[in-house]
Amino acid sequence: MELSKAIYARSKRFFSEIGDMAYFAMRFFREVVSAPFEWKELIRQCYRVGNRSIILVGVTGFILGLVFTLQSRPTLLEFGAVSWMPSMVSLSIVREIGPVIFALICAGRIGSGIGAELGSMKVTEQIDAMEVSGTNPFKYLVVTRILATTLMLPLLILMGDAIALFGSALIENLKGEVSYLLYFNKVFDALQYSDIIPATIKSFFFGFAIGLVGCYKGYNCAKGTVGVGEASNAAVVYTSMLLFVIDFIAVFVTDIFVEL
Amino acid sequence: MKETNENKQPVLEIKSLFKSFGDNHVLNGFNLKLYKGENLVVMGKSGSGKSVMIKCLVGLMAADSGTIKIQDFDITSLGQKELDVLRTEIGFLFQGSALYDSMTVRENLNFPLRRHKNKVDGNKNTEELVLEALDNVGLASAIDLMPAELSGGMKRRVALARALILKPKIILYDEPTTGLDPITAKEIIQLMRDVQKKYNTSSLIITHDVDCARVISNRMILLVDGIDYAHGTFEELSKSEDPKIKAFFKN
Repeated sequence: MELSKAIYARSKRFFSEIGDMAYFAMRFFREVVSAPFEWKELIRQCYRVGNRSIILVGVTGFILGLVFTLQSRPTLLEFGAVSWMPSMVSLSIVREIGPVIFALICAGRIGSGIGAELGSMKVTEQIDAMEVSGTNPFKYLVVTRILATTLMLPLLILMGDAIALFGSALIENLKGEVSYLLYFNKVFDALQYSDIIPATIKSFFFGFAIGLVGCYKGYNCAKGTVGVGEASNAAVVYTSMLLFVIDFIAVFVTDIFVEL
Repeated sequence: MKETNENKQPVLEIKSLFKSFGDNHVLNGFNLKLYKGENLVVMGKSGSGKSVMIKCLVGLMAADSGTIKIQDFDITSLGQKELDVLRTEIGFLFQGSALYDSMTVRENLNFPLRRHKNKVDGNKNTEELVLEALDNVGLASAIDLMPAELSGGMKRRVALARALILKPKIILYDEPTTGLDPITAKEIIQLMRDVQKKYNTSSLIITHDVDCARVISNRMILLVDGIDYAHGTFEELSKSEDPKIKAFFKN
């Protein structure tokens, strides 16, 4: 009986949170199209999101390319299929590994930052102060941040993919004596628009999810410093879960289109 | 004061305000009238609902029932845009100052001017308005500092300058002296009086600080059990024999 009550309470909390988040997302879509627009703040947020993550995504991408190629080489060598390396690496990274890994890194870096920043603004009444000074804080703080992550994440992912492929090319060049030109020719032979476009569309959704969850958790943060910590932590945990759900849906939908 | 007020139209009026959080009934029919040019102090114990009342007043919190009229506008019936415009007529000094900590003092003061500069003197540029507001609180030298570099009293002064920058007609003070040493508290109270004199504003001051109430109030309301339990001047209330009122003044 106790267990069923606990399960009921937890599921109720879970679904009410999903409902609240959906309402928060709807409010975003309503506010994003209505004037006045906070262009200056949007550009500042885009710069912050990009600047915060560019080195992290770059370094991770480079190492990802190196490691992926080093790990795959022995297996491909065994089958005499090492010439397939550029195709295999490029398809795996561009289609799946790149977007998911870089989005997870950005969720940790950007999502938690947004959660903590808005959370601390909430507990120190800065959001209330904004509201009473006649500025819509949802528009100024939330809309700009969600738009910034939605626009910047695809760029960060494309950059990360490119650096990962360069890392892979470096290993192939050193170990397999494959020239960069040959490597990238093979990469572009293997890659189709049907690989890049769905992955890029998926990246927009990843960016939206990172911004949305970070802002939702921060904006609805409980009072006190504990609330700020929880908002920051929950932003990362929920976003990571949501990223995999979005990834699954995206792959599923892409698969249907490919089959058509 | 009381007799003259009766013929005047209030600039701010609360009628039968109710607000509950679950079973916790914080406000049970609170009433208030603020007249032009007066300093009205609402005093109550911690947790008596003073902050809830003031948040309902500016639309930060929705009341369960009751009417709140500011300059004849019922704020519960206003849309977001109309409410934003009306809010420029109200300055709000938060208990914790609530300065934007990622911005400098200048940017903090610029912030309300971004959208509502047309409301204030059109001949002055933003920089002049910011400097004037900081001069009023004696902190022009702190213009480029970050809030983290300011002391508690300085933060409160900058927050007051920010609340005044749009030249509001009504100023709401939420515990203006809480957390300050007695000397700084006195300075802030003096500043509040100067501001009132200079701009002829009406002020609603929420406090539990008896000294602050004594110095600044023209009229007082005691908030007890969620209602406006007693009205009167500081002298009248401090002489009351009612035990609930006496409890506020016994020290």
